This record gives sequence, structure tokens and C-alpha cells, in this order.
Amino acid sequence: MNQSSLINVFVALVKRDLLLALRHRAELFNPLMFFVLVVTLFPLGTGADSKLLQTMAPGIIWVAALLAAMLSLDAIFRSDFEDGSLELLLLNPHPTSMLVLAKVFAHWLVTGLPLIIVAPLLAVFLGLDSSLTGLLLITLLLGTPVLSLTGAVAIALTVGLKRGGILLSLLVLPFYVPVLIFSTNAIEMAASGLPVMAQLWILASLLILAITLTPWPTAAALKLSLS
Amino acid sequence: MISLKTTDLSCIRDDRLLFEQLNIDLLAGQLLLVEGENGSGKTSLLRILSGIRLPEQGEVIWQNQQGVVTSVHDQGGYSGEMAFLGHQDGNKLDLTVFENLSFTQSLALKNTDGIEEVLNRVGLALFDDIFVSNLSAGQRRRLAIARLLLSGASLWVLDEPFTAMDTKGIAMVEREIELHLQKGGLVVMTSHHSVSLNPENLIKINLSQ
Repeated sequence: MNQSSLINVFVALVKRDLLLALRHRAELFNPLMFFVLVVTLFPLGTGADSKLLQTMAPGIIWVAALLAAMLSLDAIFRSDFEDGSLELLLLNPHPTSMLVLAKVFAHWLVTGLPLIIVAPLLAVFLGLDSSLTGLLLITLLLGTPVLSLTGAVAIALTVGLKRGGILLSLLVLPFYVPVLIFSTNAIEMAASGLPVMAQLWILASLLILAITLTPWPTAAALKLSLS
Repeated sequence: MISLKTTDLSCIRDDRLLFEQLNIDLLAGQLLLVEGENGSGKTSLLRILSGIRLPEQGEVIWQNQQGVVTSVHDQGGYSGEMAFLGHQDGNKLDLTVFENLSFTQSLALKNTDGIEEVLNRVGLALFDDIFVSNLSAGQRRRLAIARLLLSGASLWVLDEPFTAMDTKGIAMVEREIELHLQKGGLVVMTSHHSVSLNPENLIKINLSQ
């Protein structure tokens, strides 16, 4: 009788969201365009001092990635909320936290992953030492899912409000700051030849914490937003 | 025996008391028609019964086929035995009719009828590869009914199911409701249309009084 195991439901939801994202390509490119634009505008604004750019590169790339992630957050639950399918997802017999995790994962695949893919290009553009590109990618790979997962809690709280924008950034930023600090710090340390494993472990533990702890508050906040 | 009970349910919205001391006792094969003026709390009641909204006071108690009794708001819902159709259809506009239904099917706990068969029954047989954004409002409503049929749920909670439907569509929904009741299902619904169903199984409550 049991037709759908939890894994199947997870996969079905990720597939659905990816398909929807594919049919909304314009929205897909929005955060990516923002990311690329901010990073390319920086050299124009600060002048072509390559030394300065080189030292600022990790910071620029990370701040741009963080803001791009924040811009794209609203899309996680907005359309589902507006067409009523969010209600149906919550009434589903499967645990809401798993459905939330599937949605956030799909969202990260379409908004976080493209940033990571273009980041090496932008690193070259800013003159970041090529030996540091790998580390930059690792920090992005560990850090951006944390941004999506913690952002989902905040967006779940504000999805019922007409204008939750300012509230959202206030809610989200305190959780984003540690990720930013440890990521950029790791790259700076590596640039001066120091070990960076501590920072990477902290980032990894933040990721594990976010995966295990955020789906429940997100699910609870969604229920609150709908009732 | 399947049944849906409420005990002393009350609902307050924006400091306004919509209803209180509401006791409903609905058995298998029965339909509860919720009547009342606009703003009398019909939708709120349906959202409470479906478990989306919390009641101010009281409990909603569900007894399933195996006789297991659960309090809907305290113990985490109906576990797949309830299907809800709200004001919004809940269809994804950028998916085709078929994709919408196959997603519903992958979430359902029970094996249900095939998608083609259900589409036939709701009169959307030729539209399976059409994007929902290209369907008319009535057709979208029919798709929502199709989702109901695929859910395999024994309790249907329907908020104005006839909205935007033509006479054929209304007849179709009535036929499906009757079939569902005959199979021992339960239905709670609001409607401004008069419902032509067997009065024996029909319970009416009016929230305006």
C-alpha cells in the first residue's frame, strides 16, 4: 500500500521545484546577474590598484554572494504561498521538515550553485592568487547552503506579510555574519601562509548545524504564517 | 467507523467572535454543508477542520477506519486521510496538468486511480499536456477536483468547490461527491449553490445565527 517513501517524496519535490525554476529562467539569472555585476563594478569604483583588489577579492566575492543569496530568498516559498500549494504541502502526511529541506535544497541548486560555478572566473578577474581559488570554492560550497537554510527560517516567518523585505534582512543578517567572517578569514589566513583548517571546520559545523536544526523552525514558522 | 467530531469549537478573528460552542458529529457517508453570510466564518471553520488554523477553543477529533482516534491539532493532523480544496486551487501554473497530478500522486500515501482515468472523470482528458496557466478558471478548478480524487483521502474539506464552474462541471462535482459518500467517505463543504444531494446524508449548519 505504501506508495511513497520519504526519499521518493524528497526527490519528487526537488524535481518539481527544479522544473519550475527551469521554466522561470529569468528569475534564475537574477541573483547570478547581481553577483557578477557587483563584483565587476568594484574595480571600476575603486580604481585599478591591483594590490588593493587582490586583498579585497575574497571579501568582495563573499559579500556579493551573501547579498545575492539574500535577494533570492523570497523565491523559496513565495509562489507556493500565493497559489495555495504551500497549504497542501503542509497538510501532507509526510514530515514538513523534510519537505522544507527538499525545497531549500532545490533552491540552493538553482541560486547557490551557479554562484559557485562563476566564482573562479570572478576570482581571476579580481586577481586573486590562483592557489586560493580552490579554498574560495570550498568556503562557498560550505557557506552558501548555510545562507539558504537559515534564510528559509526568516522567509517562512515573513512570507505571510505583504512587505517583509526589511524585516527579512534584519532577521537574516545576524546569522549570515559568522559565515562571512570565517569564510573571508580563512582565505586571508591562507594568503599569508597560515593554516586554515580551524575556519573550515567551523564552517562545516555551521553547515551541519543548519541542516539538522533549521528545517523544524522553518516548518513551524510556515504553519504559523498560514494559520 | 470513520467519524469527524468537534467539541465546543470556537473561533475569534480580529477580536470578533465568529462562532462558539460548535459541536459537529459527522459519520461515514455524510456531508456537512456549512452555510452562512459572507464573513460569518465558513472559511475559518473549514481551515480549522482541515488542521491549517488553530481553534480558539475546542478540539477536532478524527477517528479513522482502524478506529484510531486523534485530536487533529494536537497530534499532527490526519496523516493523509484528509484532502483540502481552498479558495486557491493549489495548482502550479508553470506545470502541465499531468505534471501537477503526478506530483500529487507521488505525495499520496495510498495507491489511487490512474491520472488518465481521473482526468476523464473531471472532463480534462484532452488537456493533460497543457500548461495550467493556459487553462480557464473553471478548468483549473476541475484540476483541483482531480487532485482530490487522486489523494485517496476519506475526508474532503471543500471551500466553494463550484466557483467558476459551468453547469456540467457542477454536475460532475456533485456526482463525484455522491460517489465518495457512497464509498463511505465524508465531505465538509461550503457553497452558495443549492446542492442536489440525497437529504438523508446531508447535515446543514448555519453560522449566521
